[in-house]
Amino acid sequence: MNALLAVPFVVPLMGAALALLLRGRRRLQAGVAVATLAVVVVDTALLLVATADGTVLTSQAGAWEAPLGITIVADPLAALLLAVSSVVLLVVQLYAIGQDIGGLSRAMPQVFHPIYLVLTAGVCLSFLAGDLFNLFVGFEIMLTASYALITQAPTRARVRASMIYTVVSLTSSILFLTGIALVYGLTGTVNLADIAVKLGSAPAELRMVLALLFLVVFGIKAAIVPMHFWLPDSYPVAITRISAIFAALLTKVAVYAIIRSQTLLFGRDDISAVLLCVAIATMLVGIFGALVQDDINRLMSFALVSHIGFMIFGLGVNSVAALAGVVIYLVHHIVVQANLFLVNGLIRQYVGHSSLRSMRGLTTVSPVLALYFFLPAMSLAGLPPLSGFVAKVALFQAGVGTGGWLVYTALGAGVLTSLLTLMAIFRVWARGFWGTPMPDMVEARERLKRGAHLGGLKFMAVMTGVMVAFGVLIAVCAGPLSEVAFTAAHGLMNGSAYIEAVLGSDAR
Amino acid sequence: MSAPGFTLVVVTAVLYSSGFYLLLQRSLMRVVFGILVLGHAANVSLMLTDRAITLPPLLTEHEGPLSDPLPQAMALTAIVITFGVTTFLLALAYRVWLGDENDEVPADLEDRRIGRLAEPEDSA
Repeated sequence: MNALLAVPFVVPLMGAALALLLRGRRRLQAGVAVATLAVVVVDTALLLVATADGTVLTSQAGAWEAPLGITIVADPLAALLLAVSSVVLLVVQLYAIGQDIGGLSRAMPQVFHPIYLVLTAGVCLSFLAGDLFNLFVGFEIMLTASYALITQAPTRARVRASMIYTVVSLTSSILFLTGIALVYGLTGTVNLADIAVKLGSAPAELRMVLALLFLVVFGIKAAIVPMHFWLPDSYPVAITRISAIFAALLTKVAVYAIIRSQTLLFGRDDISAVLLCVAIATMLVGIFGALVQDDINRLMSFALVSHIGFMIFGLGVNSVAALAGVVIYLVHHIVVQANLFLVNGLIRQYVGHSSLRSMRGLTTVSPVLALYFFLPAMSLAGLPPLSGFVAKVALFQAGVGTGGWLVYTALGAGVLTSLLTLMAIFRVWARGFWGTPMPDMVEARERLKRGAHLGGLKFMAVMTGVMVAFGVLIAVCAGPLSEVAFTAAHGLMNGSAYIEAVLGSDAR
Repeated sequence: MSAPGFTLVVVTAVLYSSGFYLLLQRSLMRVVFGILVLGHAANVSLMLTDRAITLPPLLTEHEGPLSDPLPQAMALTAIVITFGVTTFLLALAYRVWLGDENDEVPADLEDRRIGRLAEPEDSA
């Protein structure tokens, strides 16, 4: 079992080293990268199967017993998110390779694959970390890789945008480190399970301060309002394949960290009112931002911000059903966001830009593209029977079941946000997809058809299709998924299984 | 609290406040320095968690109480990370300067765009 837990972050790091050695041999490098991620996908699938019944797997690095040693933990939540993330990582990587082989963009820098694998390792380590400091290290591995990725193909605008991104992320990292120092000073441990035991006897005010500090730290990374301003400025500027993986995973890792820290470490009801208020603000500010955008990528970035609010809402409601809703929403949102950004990449290939103002009739230019956009977009808005509907119903039901005026206000904001999302998507549809295509778009399409790049483009389209199918599959598998989600939520609400698995049964 | 502990508290407070002050400046170089100073602040606050900081560190032949090695290990890791990322940030700041010959953080483009949208109404 120990090997299963180590694979998701050790193998990508080794793969990154190997890929770096294979610099200059593009095909071989790509092969190594794909093989590495395939191993991770298989491994995380096994992890998911092993933990689906609520088992918590642990591994003590170097056989140093917790709380002294480094603990790697996989509970159902971590395993589920790992499995979904690794599939998304693999598909986006294949999409990027398709783009590269087709020669559709500027040649892929030879460090792309190594950095991408390092990013994978960071994401996986963040999900699996059993102590605060390793969570910090996992975050840093992931963020450092993302700093390097966001500056790929550096134009002037991109360097500026990545400067904002880097500075904001670094600030949150430094605050994180401060939080670790405070927690260590208070409890004398950094092991999550051990903190959970020891923090229980700490004064309530101190716990509240720490909970808020960690909410700010991870909230910056998760782009919850009012700490979202950096995201719409930096994500749309990066290359499509990179913004796709950022939008899908980086914010979700932070949401995962919020869920983990707020459920396991701190008192449950301490800040649930704060979480609900933040959730309302995030949903509304994000979606109003999306409504006025002209650039599709920017629009989707604001939509991303607004839908982070739903997950915070579920966390604020704070019941098993709500947490299960959050888990389903996380899974759904990872796939759908990756999907939408990949489709935007295809649109860019076809049209050459992503400005809605000078776009018309995409449906005629490519009906498949319209379908690829339509399904995830409708899923994002929460139309039945797609995955977004399942996730939203789970969340709203939990909200209604809990009651309270703040929860109902948040529910109202959620419904409004869903409607406004539909409106934002309809705007894209009406402006970009409807109507007779612009002459230069038809020309561009003819040029693409004659050009030598068709193979690469088709491959990219196939990969986008795979992602769309994955999104639909989530809706089809809603039954088993919600079972796993409820198991995960039970584990979150009642941390004793986690604590026992890490510290042994005599912990309390 | 012992005297070195109190000094460290003061140092940490000064580092945090000057770090955040620099971070809020418009020149990118100052922002980079702000990050640098803040990184030091976080590292020093890690060291502060050790209540026996005046005692000798991990020694094999030493008898008696020792200082806590874990904050030192964590601070070392954190120093390496801050160092690496600061280097990257410096390179980025240099790149920005190469492109523009100035390193001021630009005004928010979105803000300007919305401002322009509002202009015709103002004149009417």
